[in-house]
Amino acid sequence: MVNYIKLIALALITLCAMIAANYARDMAYMVHALLVTVVSGGLFIWTLRRVGDEYTIRQDEYMDDVIRAGVIATSFWGVVGFLVGVFIALQLAFPVLNFEWAEGYANFGRLRPLHTSAVIFAFGGNALIATSFYVVQRTSAARLWGGNLGWFVFWGYQLFIVLAATGYLLGGTQSKEYAEPEWYVDLWLTIVWVAYLAVFLGTIIRRKEKHIYVANWFFLSFIVTVAMLHVVNNLTVPVSIFGSKSVIVWAGVQDAMVQWWYGHNAVGFFLTAGFLGMMYYFIPKQAERPVFSYKLSIIHFWALIFLYIWAGPHHLHYTALPDWASTLGMVFSIVLWMPSWGGMINGLMTLSGAWDKLRTDPVIRMMVISLGFYGMSTFEGPMMSIRAVNSLSHYTDWTIGHVHSGALGWNGMITFGALYYLVPVLWKRDRLYSLSMVSWHFWLATIGIILYAASLWVAGITQGLMWREVDANGFLVNSFADSVSAVIPMYVVRAIGGVFYLTGAIIMCYNLWMTVRKAPAKEASLSVTVPAE
Amino acid sequence: METYTLLREFADSWMLLFLFIFFVGVIVWAFRPSSSSTYEDVANIPLRNEDKPATSEEART
Repeated sequence: MVNYIKLIALALITLCAMIAANYARDMAYMVHALLVTVVSGGLFIWTLRRVGDEYTIRQDEYMDDVIRAGVIATSFWGVVGFLVGVFIALQLAFPVLNFEWAEGYANFGRLRPLHTSAVIFAFGGNALIATSFYVVQRTSAARLWGGNLGWFVFWGYQLFIVLAATGYLLGGTQSKEYAEPEWYVDLWLTIVWVAYLAVFLGTIIRRKEKHIYVANWFFLSFIVTVAMLHVVNNLTVPVSIFGSKSVIVWAGVQDAMVQWWYGHNAVGFFLTAGFLGMMYYFIPKQAERPVFSYKLSIIHFWALIFLYIWAGPHHLHYTALPDWASTLGMVFSIVLWMPSWGGMINGLMTLSGAWDKLRTDPVIRMMVISLGFYGMSTFEGPMMSIRAVNSLSHYTDWTIGHVHSGALGWNGMITFGALYYLVPVLWKRDRLYSLSMVSWHFWLATIGIILYAASLWVAGITQGLMWREVDANGFLVNSFADSVSAVIPMYVVRAIGGVFYLTGAIIMCYNLWMTVRKAPAKEASLSVTVPAE
Repeated sequence: METYTLLREFADSWMLLFLFIFFVGVIVWAFRPSSSSTYEDVANIPLRNEDKPATSEEART
């Protein structure tokens, strides 16, 4: 019965998508309509061939196949996102790489949102979905709720990524930072996200533990808040149902404020709360000891979500935003320093009594340095949100450096640590293929981030000082182009840092691949104790 | 009264008070007398049920 409903729905979607492709008013919309036609048509045939197949869901096993797919997708999109990042870094250092023949498709302006979305939503998002599915099952001692709904979430999210990425290249963008996808892509993500929430909550409701473990609190706040942010920041009216262009309902400074309420909480709840969920599970697992203080983790959670939501206005200092609002954002950003460091200390102190593992286990070293970078960027962020500092740092490359020390250092490293933990467990291998490759990855990534952040500190402060320099008569000393040529050497160093980081990620993919292919299988532990004779 | 002023006055009075009391309540709750033994058990959740879901006999609800 369910299959028949699915077939009717898929047939209708295919038909509508074909009609939409026919009437399409712009290129991005037409390509997307054709893409949807192919996907839903393919799914129709696939479902048709499986009508009548019976399968049973084994409630006595965890649902790990969707997590394995998530691990592969995370690694794949990670390398893609880093590669695009390295390329656009080189485009800044060597503008000739904005090729004439690719003008309008692959120049910096089109590729830059592709890079940010690929690393945040494709790499980070897949990492969050995969690890949250893993963690919620283990800490609830229950199988993932919803049968194949988990697969819908996985594939639906991949479709969202492909629609977003192709849209950017073809010009289908609403030009809101980190919320570039156009209206129909936003609607699709909303459906996928509601399914994600249902799967996650359903599993928690079925839990066999009395208490909901703290990692799940973080994951849940990430899912719920991102849903709210996504809907409010994408309240648009399409110009035509057959075109990708839409107009936002917010106007003027309200629109700017909604955008940065969204933008900063994308950092706060997507890149912080979600990844803290990862931290609270995988660090205790890898260290083989419970988290340092569970009480601190509870206070950490509530303080973080109470404060983060107000920090957005610090993106709009010295704009049309009222002073009280920008002061509010600044004050909350500074107070936010405390829970951030509380969480970092909680993670680091989990290793107390087991610090020797740092010497022997490169995976835990990766997780610990991710906390180090978390602490560093959550100190730098509040400092940059202070109005006086912001007047120097805003619109300069310092901001980009800050974002990358957080994204590459904190999000990247904790994800790599989780992947190194997950692959042997999910593919039932005794150990990783090579620990020395993990060490290589660790050092390449760390040195890469340091090159990246240090060069952009220099570049950003140079730009900030050059832009504000005035002569005795009050005239600006430098033209904008002067500040561009002054930072070109720093752009080259930044690109080299990116190459280091990308190389490390490729080594990781090879190592994980060989772990699945070559590492010895884990022997089933003896279920019956053998008496000693 | 216009909507903006109404919401603004509510936000910086009753809502602020509610959020503040809620937050203090969380801290008091985390440090309630019986919390240490409860949280010791809870903190160990990641270290069990690694391979398969708990059966209804093993459930700790």
